[in-house]
Amino acid sequence: MGKTLYEKIWDDHLVARAGTDNLIYIDRHLIHEVTSPQAFAGLEEKGRNLRCPERTFATMDHSISTRSLALDACGPTNQLQLMTLKQNCDKYGVELFPVGHQKQGIIHVIGPELGLILPGMTVVCGDSHTATHGAFGALAFGIGTSEVEHVFATQTLKQGKAKTLLVKVDGTLPVGVTAKDIILAIIGEIGHAGATGHVIEYAGSAIEALSMEERMTICNMSIEAGAKAGLIAPDETTYAYLKNRERCPTGADWEQALSYWQQLKSDADAHFDTVVNLQASDITPQVTWGTNPGQVIGVNEAIPQPQSFSDEVSRTSAQKALHYMGLQPGQKLSDVAVSHVFIGSCTNSRIEDLRAAAKIAAAGKVAEGVTAIVVPGSAQVKQQAESEQLDKIFTEAGFEWRLPGCSMCLGMNDDILKPGDRCASTSNRNFEGRQGRGSRTHLVSPAMAAAAAIKGHFVDVREFDV
Amino acid sequence: MSGITNLRGTAAPLDQANVDTDQIIPKQFLTSVSRKGFGKHLFHDWRYLDLHEQELNPDFALNKTEHQGASVLLARQNFGCGSSREHAPWALTDYGFKVVIATSFADIFYGNCMNNQLLPIQLNSDQMDKLFNAVADEPALEIEVDLPAQQVRCKAGQFDFDIAEHHKHKLLKGLDAIGETLELAEKIDSYERSIPAWR
Ligand code: SF4
Repeated sequence: MGKTLYEKIWDDHLVARAGTDNLIYIDRHLIHEVTSPQAFAGLEEKGRNLRCPERTFATMDHSISTRSLALDACGPTNQLQLMTLKQNCDKYGVELFPVGHQKQGIIHVIGPELGLILPGMTVVCGDSHTATHGAFGALAFGIGTSEVEHVFATQTLKQGKAKTLLVKVDGTLPVGVTAKDIILAIIGEIGHAGATGHVIEYAGSAIEALSMEERMTICNMSIEAGAKAGLIAPDETTYAYLKNRERCPTGADWEQALSYWQQLKSDADAHFDTVVNLQASDITPQVTWGTNPGQVIGVNEAIPQPQSFSDEVSRTSAQKALHYMGLQPGQKLSDVAVSHVFIGSCTNSRIEDLRAAAKIAAAGKVAEGVTAIVVPGSAQVKQQAESEQLDKIFTEAGFEWRLPGCSMCLGMNDDILKPGDRCASTSNRNFEGRQGRGSRTHLVSPAMAAAAAIKGHFVDVREFDV
Repeated sequence: MSGITNLRGTAAPLDQANVDTDQIIPKQFLTSVSRKGFGKHLFHDWRYLDLHEQELNPDFALNKTEHQGASVLLARQNFGCGSSREHAPWALTDYGFKVVIATSFADIFYGNCMNNQLLPIQLNSDQMDKLFNAVADEPALEIEVDLPAQQVRCKAGQFDFDIAEHHKHKLLKGLDAIGETLELAEKIDSYERSIPAWR
């Protein structure tokens, strides 16, 4: 029987088998200020070395300000965490992209941007959205801090093998419907824990038609379905994105890599534990109504009745979510007003996302009473957007144009909502309190977020004539 | 780290599905550079009525007098979903939990438990119902968790549970995972010599 893409990458990284344990080699280790300090402290305590500093890359993204480049802008504890990262990187020889650096940004935005992530690699980071890098056909997953320390010391991880789930999306995506809507629809279909224990491979003509940035949006949210990782087989789109990118192999190395990458796809007779099929033409612009990403509907659908769910747990979850979100079953989301709009995060802060949002922003002004912020994913994205004058479009429409970082995706800085604030957000988690205690988050695409900013409530972006 | 074998204790019931890591330990507490001191912020939004953690929410299970000192946490489906933050198991163990029994766990959280001597036990929903009911009837119910025998025992019944052999081994022995891997250094060296230049 043939092998899946996941199995091929897995087999090529197996260092040793010890009983039920598998020791897997890690090609790229991405780190940031929040989940690394305790791991560095662990190395220090035991007098251990960082085995491969040249495979390790660091940035500052989670606890930084988006208004100021000063490390103390968000208070002394954030500053200490950022300074600790800097000291650790200096001490262990890890390349760091600090605040103010022209290549700084959200870890999952800068990795691909720099060409650090290649097909067939294993990539880890103390961050669950590491799945983003699966867009390149790399096996990429989030790990805890003890595992970060394990990778520091050994450049390997002990891993059990995951099950495999094939999600096939075929057909053509309707105009106005984006990669974000595809992944939200997938999570709505299989559920918030539907892929637990699995690695997802996304395939089908609708996936193949996506750009690299769109593929990153899809893989990014694999964890929101509970998956360990998400993968898309590399193809011409992947190679075109990588070719001549900083840090990518060149010359004979590139040729050698390319011939290896061309075999990196699931064999026709490979076995998947589960297969799910979706038709792209059925997908509409999505909005979450609840407190997990699986609680999602098309913008024109009514909020479901909790009784309509088949099992007790989903019924109770729906009731609790509606109560928290201050919504009623049967209500239309287009009748729900927003107080905030956040365009950013590792899901949707790349240049194509900003272009899509700017197109809508150009058609109007931010509605009265709405605070809307745009946070580019990296310094390079910011610079590119400014060279295209997207910042002008946003600021003229009444959006705030900020410095790159995680920002209101999780609010470890001062970009935080108050109780009862309702936000149309291009991020990935609508958990209770994620954007601030008592705040209400609705996940949407960049275009849908910009449209909500202008109308002051959710609206089908296809009503905009752009 | 010393290992887990047998544990006896009372349980606190958290009768909710999809308890995510943002609830277990919210982001504003993640700026610490230490592994300690997260217990007082555990379930912050649910446990406290105010931001400064002065006013306890009397309705929250963990705050009830009868559940003080509990070392077993009962939960439902998909416990620990969301972020990879190991601060979640750090907060649970710092608070005093040694075992979490739930219908299912999110993958990263489950793995993080293993590195922190926190035992995650998966039981089916009927068994969970029995445990929740038993604790509701008798909050001081003693629950015995026997890792070597892979069994949870209390008045409500005896429940066998599955755990992967390497996880069990690790929890029982309290092994230093890095130390173990470093013994395979030669294999890592030889693997590294085989990596193509482009990677
Ligand atoms: S943008 Fe949000 S999800 Fe992405 S790495 Fe930052 S905090 Fe995590």
